[in-house]
Amino acid sequence: MRVCAKRAFALCGLALFPVMSMADWTMNMSPGVTQTSNDIYGLHMTILWICVVIGVVVFGVMFWSIFAHRKSRGHKPANFHENTTVEVLWTIIPLVILVAMAIPATTTLIDMYDTTEADVDIKITGYQWKWKYDYLDDEFGYFSSLSTPRDQINNRQTKGDNYLLEVDNPLVVPVGQKVRLLMTANDVIHSWWVPEFGLKKDAIPGFINEAWIRVDTPGTYRGQCTELCGKGHGFMPIVVEAVPQAEYQTWIGEQRAAAEKEKELTQKEWTMPELMERGEKSYQSTCAACHQADGSGLPPSFPALRGSAIAVGDIAGHIDIVVNGKRGTAMQAFGKQLNEVDIAAIITYERNAWGNNVGDMVTPKDIFDYKNQQQQ
Amino acid sequence: MSEYQKYYVPDQSKWPIIATFGLGTTLFGAATIMVDGGQGGSTSSGWMIFTVGLLLMAYMIFGWFGSVVRESRAGLHSPQMDRSFRWGMSWFIFSEIMFFAAFFGALFYARVFAVPWLGGEGDRGSSNMLWEGFQATWPLINTPDPSLYPAPKGIIGPWGLPLINTILLVSSSFTITVAHHALKAGSRKKLKLWLGATIVLALAFVGFQAEEYMHAYQELNLTLQSGIYGSTFFMLTGFHGAHVILGTIMLTVMLIRISKGHFSADNHFGFEAAAWYWHFVDVVWLMLFVFVYVI
Amino acid sequence: MSTVADAHTSEHSLGQNHDHHGPAKGWTRWLFTTNHKDIGTMYLIFSFGMFLLGGTMAMVIRAELFQPGLQIVQPEFFNQITTMHGLIMVFGAVMPAFVGLANWMLPLMIGAPDMALPRMNNWSFWLLPCSFLILVSTLFMDGGGPNFGWTFYAPLSTTYGPPSTTYFIFALHIAGASSIMGAINVISTILNMRAPGMTLMKMPLFVWTWLITAFLLLAVMPVLAGVLTMMLMDINFGTSFFDASGGGDPVLFQHIFWFFGHPEVYIMILPAFGAISHIVPAFSRKPLFGHASMVYATCAIALLSFLVWAHHMFTVGIPVAGQLFFMYATLLIAVPTGVKVFNWVATMFRGSMTFEAPMLFAIAFIILFTVGGFSGLMLAIAPADFQYHDTYFVVAHFHYVLVPGAIFGIFASAYFWLPKWTGYMYDETLAKTHFWLSFVGMNLAFFPMHFLGLAGMPRRIPDYALQFADFNMVSSIGAFLFGATQLLFLFIVVKCARGGGEPAAANPWDGAEGLEWTVPSPAPYHTFSTPPEVR
Repeated sequence: MRVCAKRAFALCGLALFPVMSMADWTMNMSPGVTQTSNDIYGLHMTILWICVVIGVVVFGVMFWSIFAHRKSRGHKPANFHENTTVEVLWTIIPLVILVAMAIPATTTLIDMYDTTEADVDIKITGYQWKWKYDYLDDEFGYFSSLSTPRDQINNRQTKGDNYLLEVDNPLVVPVGQKVRLLMTANDVIHSWWVPEFGLKKDAIPGFINEAWIRVDTPGTYRGQCTELCGKGHGFMPIVVEAVPQAEYQTWIGEQRAAAEKEKELTQKEWTMPELMERGEKSYQSTCAACHQADGSGLPPSFPALRGSAIAVGDIAGHIDIVVNGKRGTAMQAFGKQLNEVDIAAIITYERNAWGNNVGDMVTPKDIFDYKNQQQQ
Repeated sequence: MSEYQKYYVPDQSKWPIIATFGLGTTLFGAATIMVDGGQGGSTSSGWMIFTVGLLLMAYMIFGWFGSVVRESRAGLHSPQMDRSFRWGMSWFIFSEIMFFAAFFGALFYARVFAVPWLGGEGDRGSSNMLWEGFQATWPLINTPDPSLYPAPKGIIGPWGLPLINTILLVSSSFTITVAHHALKAGSRKKLKLWLGATIVLALAFVGFQAEEYMHAYQELNLTLQSGIYGSTFFMLTGFHGAHVILGTIMLTVMLIRISKGHFSADNHFGFEAAAWYWHFVDVVWLMLFVFVYVI
Repeated sequence: MSTVADAHTSEHSLGQNHDHHGPAKGWTRWLFTTNHKDIGTMYLIFSFGMFLLGGTMAMVIRAELFQPGLQIVQPEFFNQITTMHGLIMVFGAVMPAFVGLANWMLPLMIGAPDMALPRMNNWSFWLLPCSFLILVSTLFMDGGGPNFGWTFYAPLSTTYGPPSTTYFIFALHIAGASSIMGAINVISTILNMRAPGMTLMKMPLFVWTWLITAFLLLAVMPVLAGVLTMMLMDINFGTSFFDASGGGDPVLFQHIFWFFGHPEVYIMILPAFGAISHIVPAFSRKPLFGHASMVYATCAIALLSFLVWAHHMFTVGIPVAGQLFFMYATLLIAVPTGVKVFNWVATMFRGSMTFEAPMLFAIAFIILFTVGGFSGLMLAIAPADFQYHDTYFVVAHFHYVLVPGAIFGIFASAYFWLPKWTGYMYDETLAKTHFWLSFVGMNLAFFPMHFLGLAGMPRRIPDYALQFADFNMVSSIGAFLFGATQLLFLFIVVKCARGGGEPAAANPWDGAEGLEWTVPSPAPYHTFSTPPEVR
């Protein structure tokens, strides 16, 4: 019995140890790396100290009273129950403090709302459950999703340093320039927050909210979605790389070239193994969160694809549900989110993986034609 | 205090628990109809539950109000109890006003903020880049995404049926007041006549409103699904219409009670409550006429 | 059955003086009752049951968050359980508890024979079990229960909600109907049933705060009904209130919801303010300082509560002018709230204090509610709110307002009035243990959440980055302690109700004043059938 308990204790200790040693005890807000975040930090500390001082004074009086005016010490109660002077004072003084506090807050707020004269425009779109970054001036864009392996989340693997705060493709911004961010969402409300920038703005489907940042120090900054957006809400982090101007220009050049290449791929003749290979990759990053890596789904919300009527049935129906989604369910319309190559690859993969052996394949051209046909 | 007439506290009553089962069953049934129907399934079990609930509710309303009426006629209601009823009814009407306020608020927000923003005006005007070609107008005769929310071909102008309806409802407020004065003066015949007139006006209103809806749905393609204009239009006028029907039922019950000889010149709160409710319905209509139809 | 009910009653009451009637025998007593004390008891029992149910869900949440990684529940279920926890605590535990206290105490405090509309009172109560039966049953439906947070923001709750959302909407409609009828009853009782001589300004503060609360309920519960109806229409009938494709706006949902939601916050705290204003003077043996200013402060808070809703939505992108207006209005609320706290401290000042359980809970209420108020002040600063919003800082804030605020207020009231309800004193040692364990557990659970939020942990996530691990573990341990302690409260109350303590005098407290202490303990089934004279 005792040995058992000891063992259990040791086991618990072992389980807790890595967690305890890795974590830290951060207690306060970070001053951040932008002017705005510094201003916010200043406001935060001011109001915090005001509260502490008021608290100490008021509860100082109270505790002294609790100590001195207790029946057990034989204190006889006084009988006063109002005093106009005191009452007026403790109405006026807080009012004055609040006005004093409101002034710097107003200045900061107005500054935060000034999105004019930006050097770079980036459109940020929230999806269930990833972000898309579109560089409006340079006409390319890409998705950014969680790169922490499922095995770490399910405790089958040791968690890395940036557990849940790492993505495949970070947002890249130039240092020292005013970047205007146009926030929107594709499905539900998300919220884009990077604490070090002092920026949190809701991404609302159908509307655009503007915000801006100017990062002064190069580095990697991490944040998370802060508006409940469904089951993957805790799993759509934000990573921003702030890089010097020259490096930024090089990166932009590369991205534009890559975007050109992708376009050409649509025209290319694809073979089955090529499509399957690309399909598996795209499926894992886009579809696996709901339909699971092995196509087994999470019924009833997220149906299985393995052996499903759609995945092994008529090819047009399969293309339709992937491109247009199914309204009223979690199945989104991927027609606008993914390029033709990825859609074709994913459909091909779904029809031929996990024992689905339809044997046919869908080419990017098929998708291209299907979309055109729909528009007419 | 000279003499205190005891405040009547009924010992026990079965009606509240029946009312609970009734309301719960009705709404559970309604939800079942909607959910099953929405998934393309059969709605028959939902309708069955819903109907049972409605029957329970009807039984409860007859029973509960019946016992209150009996108690009133047995003289159990002190002046203080009468005041309780008055406060109760007033605050109930206040809560109804707040219910309508939510829908008026939605209308105001859509017109002043949401639609102009989507059309590219004001603080969040950059939203327009998501809706190429959408222009903000009110009434909203195009929608940002016509494939999901087809736009109406036209809207209901204020100076046809709505104006007639306004005249009908405003006159009904006068007729009910005349009826009330007749009741206080003790002239029962006049009372019945004017109350009857009020009910006729109310029914005419409901009839015209139904005609207007048919016109909107069949000819104008103005439906619940035609964007925020259709949504606010039908929800506001629809809830108002439901309240008119409820008010008409109340007035009809009063007419039946009056023909049975209920109420006296100085004890007729039931009648007054119905009249208050009727005035409330009337005022809501005036707001509707101005904000939904005219402006 | 009908013979039991009205027909029978009317015959009796016509001829007989029914003052001497005790409660009916058997279970029909509770189903058919019109007695404010019976109904109050049912409300209190129901709310405690819901408190334990919602608390169990909180324990599941804290167990999942004990360590990083997913171990106990999957994210889908985590979202359902957080949603249910919020809904049950707000609509099932805190609000009914205060209605229960109101039912028991208002007629006793103003010298009324019962509530103004006794049958409707019974209906208000029974609607609640009905509503929560439907609500909880959604957890077992296809696609699961509501998973969009207790604030059910569209479109997560409309286009993207589970099929059970329609049931959720009707369940809340029923709870809303119950609240509205309860409020009509309270407000009519207070305005119409006061004993002769009890002018408005002589009214005890619990009555005052409930008067204002009832007004707030009547003003905002219908607005909640309105927004729920719009959701229902968006889901089932193709309207586009919250869909930009049809010209609506998801933010419209938030505006209407918080127009209800902010006054709702005061609905959950004002009655506690009232109760504390009775308890502090009683155990300080000194009259309440600033009775009139307390009344004015309550009115000011209630009025301001209609003008501050958008401070819950500083990050949705409302235009800067609106942002500034809501920031200023929110800051203003601190003034009347401050006045209340100062008044309580001034009441204690130079009193002759003893520290029985009600007083301990009351003092903890004052301090910890103020801590919640301070963080509220910080949240009111719009630019700073961009950092706090939707993080654990907010979770810490509203739990400080609701747990040591509303819940401690309810515990303090329960201990204060238990002798009046049961006729026996509760076990003081156990009650003090209950207090200290709750106090420690609650602070351990919620204080570290401030740090977590400031360090950047978003709320409503089932798993978190490693730097948040330590404080989360501390918080979970505190939560388990707080949760387990509440079983002790159940034991204390059951023991007291079964007569396990000293018989209580009509007024068991040295310094307590008011009409409720002039009737014997336990209070007879019918009290004040003829109103007392108040001078």
